[in-house]
Amino acid sequence: MVLEQLPIVIPALNVGFIQTLKLFLVTLLGAVPLGLLICLGSMSRFRVLKSIVRFFVWIIRGSPLMIQLLIIYYFPGLVWHNPIWGGGETGRFSAAAAAFIINYACYFSEIYRGGIQSIPVGQEEAGLVLGMKKSQIFFKVKLLQMIKAIVPPMSNEIITLVKDTSLSRIIALQEIIWAGQAFMKGSQGISGAIWPLFFTAVYYLICNGILTLLLSKLEKRLSFFQ
Amino acid sequence: MHILEVENVCKSFGTTRILKNISFSMDKGETLSIIGSSGSGKTTLLRCLNFLEHPDQGRILVNGNAIFDASENRKKTDAEIRKDRLHFGLVFQSFNLFPQYTALQNVMLAMELLARERSDYKADKKRIHQEIEEHAVSLLADMGLSDRMQNYPHQLSGGQCQRVAIARALALEPDILCFDEPTSALDPELTGEVLRVIRSLAEKDTTMIIVTHEMAFARDVADTVIFMDDGAILEQGDPQKVFSNPSEERTRQFLTRFRDQSV
Repeated sequence: MVLEQLPIVIPALNVGFIQTLKLFLVTLLGAVPLGLLICLGSMSRFRVLKSIVRFFVWIIRGSPLMIQLLIIYYFPGLVWHNPIWGGGETGRFSAAAAAFIINYACYFSEIYRGGIQSIPVGQEEAGLVLGMKKSQIFFKVKLLQMIKAIVPPMSNEIITLVKDTSLSRIIALQEIIWAGQAFMKGSQGISGAIWPLFFTAVYYLICNGILTLLLSKLEKRLSFFQ
Repeated sequence: MHILEVENVCKSFGTTRILKNISFSMDKGETLSIIGSSGSGKTTLLRCLNFLEHPDQGRILVNGNAIFDASENRKKTDAEIRKDRLHFGLVFQSFNLFPQYTALQNVMLAMELLARERSDYKADKKRIHQEIEEHAVSLLADMGLSDRMQNYPHQLSGGQCQRVAIARALALEPDILCFDEPTSALDPELTGEVLRVIRSLAEKDTTMIIVTHEMAFARDVADTVIFMDDGAILEQGDPQKVFSNPSEERTRQFLTRFRDQSV
């Protein structure tokens, strides 16, 4: 039974997984730099800016990503009568990407802040006393130490992100969970099959297995200093 | 002309007065040690000289030129401060070596970055780099670290780290080398090797200001001793005189307590 369904199910899951991967990569590409901006804001000398940014981070980290997805997708259409995302898969993807980027940027910003604050002030002072420019101190002295400090917590978040993309099912983005579920409801002549949904876990496991390997390699490469 | 003159330097943090009218001068080749209890302002004074803190009042002159004058309204640009602070080198209590660089790279880094600003850098990159490396290698050899140059700081003992830090500070050939309690983070066994290196620098007439709790060392190495108490200079002069026959009661108390502790 399963063997017969395999040639139909696997290609469908592959298509869904490509959408999952796309959301994962777009989120990563957007949230890594946006997180840095939010981080700088949350450490700003301007108290008002700092308070606003920290309040925003609290809202985003304190509420479920699923609700953020729903609000970002439906709010413009229902409240402003201006469905900015448009219908269809592209609109859903854009909305999901926006929600994920904002959410993950807030988590990343806190990780960056931890990394920056973990560097002893003596490093900056040593650089200053040696006549270095602030920019040289950042790039030549602090940056690598920061990266080393944030790789383990970032790895954690990145692996969580792969799995969190499944939340976009709630706005019917056609990612891999959606693709697996389709065979329960009935699709391409298969209905009532639950194994495709269970089988999606294999995709996540393989993807995260590869990511874990890559990230631990990076961690090892940075272990030459302490 | 004095190599360094400090005139009426005052510094407060909030309402706490850390430095009260500090004035002293020193000559080229002189070794000055500053003693005094913790919190007496010794470290803040060194940090003022190195532009890590800015005095509220007073002037600091190097070779007769005012590199800091609190009465001047104009705020110095970062570039000016960078240039002026190169008159000084600073060796920290906690070394502050850059962990991602080897001992050799730690010594070379600042020289390399400064060399980039030279007009002939592009044309002579290779030769300049080689000169910098040779200079760093010889400095580390002077510190007795020839076999440790390729090690990272975490692979070195505290005493070795501090000697790398001294070489790093010497690399930029500062007019005045400052030490902020250079042996306080070291266990007694490692203190000796660092003090030996500083002593050899004194014998080579390096101009140095040493903040230290090593009284015997301060007495033997210094040409002049300053005793600071509660943010002010209470006594200064020839170490033999200050240590054996202090004119102030407070100095006597401090030295007696130290003698008791060291027994």
